[in-house]
Amino acid sequence: MRRVVISGIGIYSCLGYNLDDVRDSLFNGKSGIVLDPDRKEFGFRSGLTGFVEKPNLKGLLHRRQRIQLAEEGEYAYLATVQALEMAKMDNDFMEANETGVIYGNDSSARAVIESVDTIRKKKDTTLLGSGAIFQAMNSTVTMNLSTIFKVTGINLTISAACASGSHSIGLAYVLIKNGLQDRVICGGAQEVNKYAMGSFDGLSAFSMMESDPTKSSRPFDRDRDGLVPSGGAATVILESYESAVRRGAPILAEVIGYGFSSNGAHISKPSIDGPIKSLKRCLADAKLSVHDIDYINAHATSTPVGDVSEAESIHRVFEGSNPWISSTKSMTGHECWMAGASEVVYSILMMQNSFVAPNINFENPDEASARLKIAEKRIDLKLDTILSNSFGFGGTNSSLILKKFKK
Amino acid sequence: MEYNQIVNTVNGFLVEEFEVEEEVIQDNAELIETLDLDSLDFVDLVVIIESNFGFKAKGEDFKEITTFKQFYEFIDNKVNK
Repeated sequence: MRRVVISGIGIYSCLGYNLDDVRDSLFNGKSGIVLDPDRKEFGFRSGLTGFVEKPNLKGLLHRRQRIQLAEEGEYAYLATVQALEMAKMDNDFMEANETGVIYGNDSSARAVIESVDTIRKKKDTTLLGSGAIFQAMNSTVTMNLSTIFKVTGINLTISAACASGSHSIGLAYVLIKNGLQDRVICGGAQEVNKYAMGSFDGLSAFSMMESDPTKSSRPFDRDRDGLVPSGGAATVILESYESAVRRGAPILAEVIGYGFSSNGAHISKPSIDGPIKSLKRCLADAKLSVHDIDYINAHATSTPVGDVSEAESIHRVFEGSNPWISSTKSMTGHECWMAGASEVVYSILMMQNSFVAPNINFENPDEASARLKIAEKRIDLKLDTILSNSFGFGGTNSSLILKKFKK
Repeated sequence: MEYNQIVNTVNGFLVEEFEVEEEVIQDNAELIETLDLDSLDFVDLVVIIESNFGFKAKGEDFKEITTFKQFYEFIDNKVNK
């Protein structure tokens, strides 16, 4: 079995559009959440959302590449440019050396809905233009990244709800570990628009604390009242240790464990046993005990039910070891399909800069969170081993363990 | 719509949407070659013509068009005659 390392990361999120800004936001506990009046007018219960600017890619990509790229693909492109640059992989290298892409994405709602609107208005599908189909498919991110960056290895989208980004890294890790790929561009992308999140808002799952947006996402806090949708994209370049060394690429961290499970139960109600199975499988894969984990980047989204359930799962698995825990969703909101990948990026930034990002707005614990060691403020601490949790609708669970690289 | 206005509108969207340099657009230059059009691009050309001139061009219409001048005249015919 081969060692799997991370040789590049990139991010486009409501905490910043480059790694330095995101690191600073995490360090200072800065929220990226705003109130969007347009959502209220559109019929949302809650107008809260993570805010990211629409990028202007004119001059960066030619026309054909731009018109087939949906919003989430634009974010993914920018995150991937950063990650590939860090990993020292340009297009010439990509054409000459097989690299794969496995990216998490589970919707392209704006592209689908705008196409349907056009057909209804014009009664003519030709008038959608040539880019519509390539923007509307769930695999829009991977089909575009693969053509832009000359990918010749595996080319696959992971649609696993809010665990999509995490599973993309986990599955690439499995492929590289087993010698089937040398390098894979992994990540997660999430569109940030009113079309994508209306049906989720309709479940009354979103926070209503609109009077103070930066206080609205409060995972594990007693007074939380729902999640805040968010998005962007995060890219993580996974590579075999041998390949990274041979290329002289930077090694940011090592992926040493991947755990997964399915609850086999309710479509939206979380379970305790499913995440426990994922956590235990991940620890076993990494050949670690619970005492080896320094920090858990929790999935905790700020929903009343979900956070209790995760707190209970973590408590049962980690009882007696008590690692630091925080949910960066307190600052980002829930980045959904992107979250598992972005939270790996956030975790690496914490590892590189020796701090645990605060779980902002954690003011009063509830019964379940009181048993965990939650970082209500930033903790300055050297981090050697980090676990990241991601759970999604349908009961899909994913856990990853990252370790500071040592030869 | 005046012929010159048609020419300006077409050249405008070719520069803006198809990212072609204005100086390469010449009456007798070849349309497909100059714009480097593939089958997907023709779909976008149909969309742009519809949104700018209000009619829908068909695939077979383009078979008769070789130069930019013929392209302007095709639109002129559809819009004004």
